[in-house]
Amino acid sequence: MANFVALLIAGLATGALYALAAVGFTLLWQTSQTINFAQGEFVMLPAFFMLAAMHAGLPFWAAILVGMALSMAILGFAFKRLLVDPMLQHGVLPLAIATMALSTFLKESVKTFYSAEASPFPSIAPDRDIHLLGVSVSWQNIAVLGVAIITVVSLQFLLNRTRTGRQMQAAAQNPTVARILGVPVERMILYTFLINGALVALTSLLISPIYLAKFSNGDTLGLAAFIAAIVGGFNQIRGAIVGGLLLGIVDNLSAAYVSTQYRGAVPLCLLVVIILFKPNGLLGRAEERTV
Amino acid sequence: MNARLTYVSAAIALALLVLAPLEFHRYGLYILTQWAVMTIAAIGLNLTLGYAGQVSLAQGAFVGIGAYCAAILTTHGWPLFAAGALALVLCFIIGWLLGYPALRVQHHYLAFVTLAFSTLAFLVFRNESWLTNGTEGIDGVPRPSLLGLSTTPHLRYYYLCLFMLALVTLAMLGLVRSPWGRAFIALRENPLRALSLGVDTRRYILMAFAIGSALGGLAGVLYAPLVGLVEPPAFTLTLSLNLLMMVIVGGSGYFLGPFLGALVAVLLPEWLRGLENYYLIFYTMLVMGLLIYSPTGLIGIADRLLVNRRTRAASAARAAIGATIEGP
Amino acid sequence: MRNLLASAGVALMAGAFSASTFAQSGETINLADVAELSGSGATVGTNWKNGIDLAVDEINAKGGILGAKIIVTHADTQSNAGVAKAQAQKALDGEPYALLGPGYSGSVKVCAPLAAEAGIVEIMGGEAAELTKAGNKFLFRTSFGQQTSMPKIAKYIAEDMKAKTAAVVWVNNDFGKGGHDTILKEFAARDVKVVADDSTEAGQADFAADALKVKASNPDVVFIYLNEEESARILKELRKADVKAPLVGETTLIGQKVIELAGDAANGALAHVGLTTDAPIPAIKAFRDKFVARYNYVPDHNGIKGYLSVYMIKAATEKMGKLDSKNLAAALHGLTITPDKEPGILMEVTIDENGDLDRQSFLGEVVNGKQVIKEVLPKLRN
Repeated sequence: MANFVALLIAGLATGALYALAAVGFTLLWQTSQTINFAQGEFVMLPAFFMLAAMHAGLPFWAAILVGMALSMAILGFAFKRLLVDPMLQHGVLPLAIATMALSTFLKESVKTFYSAEASPFPSIAPDRDIHLLGVSVSWQNIAVLGVAIITVVSLQFLLNRTRTGRQMQAAAQNPTVARILGVPVERMILYTFLINGALVALTSLLISPIYLAKFSNGDTLGLAAFIAAIVGGFNQIRGAIVGGLLLGIVDNLSAAYVSTQYRGAVPLCLLVVIILFKPNGLLGRAEERTV
Repeated sequence: MNARLTYVSAAIALALLVLAPLEFHRYGLYILTQWAVMTIAAIGLNLTLGYAGQVSLAQGAFVGIGAYCAAILTTHGWPLFAAGALALVLCFIIGWLLGYPALRVQHHYLAFVTLAFSTLAFLVFRNESWLTNGTEGIDGVPRPSLLGLSTTPHLRYYYLCLFMLALVTLAMLGLVRSPWGRAFIALRENPLRALSLGVDTRRYILMAFAIGSALGGLAGVLYAPLVGLVEPPAFTLTLSLNLLMMVIVGGSGYFLGPFLGALVAVLLPEWLRGLENYYLIFYTMLVMGLLIYSPTGLIGIADRLLVNRRTRAASAARAAIGATIEGP
Repeated sequence: MRNLLASAGVALMAGAFSASTFAQSGETINLADVAELSGSGATVGTNWKNGIDLAVDEINAKGGILGAKIIVTHADTQSNAGVAKAQAQKALDGEPYALLGPGYSGSVKVCAPLAAEAGIVEIMGGEAAELTKAGNKFLFRTSFGQQTSMPKIAKYIAEDMKAKTAAVVWVNNDFGKGGHDTILKEFAARDVKVVADDSTEAGQADFAADALKVKASNPDVVFIYLNEEESARILKELRKADVKAPLVGETTLIGQKVIELAGDAANGALAHVGLTTDAPIPAIKAFRDKFVARYNYVPDHNGIKGYLSVYMIKAATEKMGKLDSKNLAAALHGLTITPDKEPGILMEVTIDENGDLDRQSFLGEVVNGKQVIKEVLPKLRN
């Protein structure tokens, strides 16, 4: 039983990380029809910004800020301006394919210009465990869960309780009408990209101490983000969170109780089943088709 | 005049493809054969992506299925031809089964379903060792003998692959020019209008995806004897992405797009000799650049230049006539 | 018009592939290296390449081999057997003195027949047992095959540690599977019961479930066969799950990198190591310092393998007294290279008729964050 609880907590922690990555992914899709296949690499990259900053002599807390700023500037602003804006006129599919190329580009660049080896990454939580009710939980897991919860709550607050947030929602649901109503739609879309930049930097900060900073981290994280977003439901942030947590738990439990050789298959089968029977996800609503 | 020019060019290209390799070293032959095999897979993907407008991230997995068909059957004494037939049918059916549910939803969901399938296929290749020999793969896949002539020498195997490529090209030509082909293009341009005109869009998209996947399987059947070893890591998402980028770079939706795209993918590492570490970085930058400025790929650029020239020529001609009419 | 593009393409290819032979003059020795410089094996191939470059520059600085300078070219297999075959074919078309690499056993399997066909020696980094069982007279290892290393560690586990039950955690790729299959066979032969058989994925990050599975099976010993980063992660998880059984592995488990990444969790881990930069041998320490000075990181065993491959060629060529690539294979078979005559070989090694190596190896343990050699295991035949 203790085993099961330990697995559950570990699964929740991993799931929280998937959820953060999935939230950014969902935001981009909702507001600007951007299917970002490079989301995994977006989560991989900020850790290297931070590592580079530390190599240049900055203390850890300053490196975090630098990494976050760079992430918002490059993966948020530059990504939107240089790649998304010119391509949206061509349609959703070419942009999706461009992000696939972008993911390989980022991966290879890190490998070539930084290192092919994994680098250790400092943790914001002490590297110790506490023993709760006979179960061993690491401070890192607790920190991850804590930060994830705070982030999600803040994001929900931003979107639902502030004027800007509601404008962002309006821009996402119906840009034409929003424009008529005076909502600065372009700026709102920019905000979602910046938020994604911040989210991926945060996820990177939390995940790299465990995964170690390596150029190939994006592969598993990206896939997890997509599956979490689709399983949870594309239309709501809550969907991404539920999807992420569910995925983390399912992944861990299947590794322990199902054949380990096929552990990677369980989330994929979950994805296919959801697409077959509940294509809008567990929490999603049916989307309208634009004519 | 245009038709004659096309036939002459085609004849020259064919002659070059047949005669030039007689001078090549083994490496050149190997690369050229790789190009022919990858082009077949890219043609399939071009049908799915370029003509029917669907993103498939599973083409690599279908190549894998075809390769394993060939490896398993030929190492048990069956002829490659049988493996080819099996692969075509199997991949067609799997393609159909995959596409059916995914296309009930919005079209970009096919990308995710094929992404999942790609990883699942890899897991099956790797874990089911009773069938596929698992991680170690199947070694020593023999090259077929045709009419008593063995194709083990590189040149002969190349001619076999070239022949298959020619067959596939002709089949594609036939398909694209048929009413089916026109339906595909209608689908791509405006699916809702096609629907309103009574075209069963889903059936046509499914058809395109299934045929495209079958061609991937055929490419796999030719891949297995080329490399000689069939192992799971060769057929992951990376291969699917490479094929996708080939189609994009060449020009998705253009008939010759896959040929050119596969050529660039095969030759670029050669041209970048010395900068080989940066090959993928350059390649992905090229893909992104093309997608921004010319989503119809390299052929799209050539096409636009041609259209520009003809348009300017036509305008100039009109202006000249106008001037003579106005008169002094 | 578009067809002309195709024709032009083919013409360009023709130009690219005109024969380019290396001149095998008395002045240069051409080595062609084919390695995993990108893709999943990038770490393996890059270390291998760096080891080779270090050796080549060292040898050239001292005048080369029998007065001939070495020129080495590196080609990228992209960790893909099909590309490896192409690159090997290309390299072999140029008639090099010898072929080096690849590291991945699958890629070696497709390249080896090409080398044999061309009559050129191939010295590679693959460890799968079957590579040297195919009767290829031109293929040589730079490390133990799993058929040599696994019996050594199984013997230690069964006889010295007196373990009756074992949990096996392994990475599900051709490296890990080969080791897994071999150790299972060895355990069966020594009456050690495998109570947990846990496969993991390459690049896996979350080992909580695996650690708990191991704990639940209550083994006498846990045998771990993963790549470096994953080894670090599972050591941490096993520590967290409070697994008391000793943790034993093969080379990768107690590498420098693993100790660095796992911290305290690595203490107490044991492993059989064939090649390690922590061996208590001055030559190896010197090699490690040179490598770190040049490349700024501590190499893994692939770096040592690359370094040794070049020195093996040097030793065999000097034995022949002339640059004779045709007879290089024969010179290597049965050759014993000693560090007093050839310091670059780092440790005495004997190459047998199948291209396998016989060499000292070590039993290491992590004590207080450092790899300490507990025992030196001698060569099988002296």
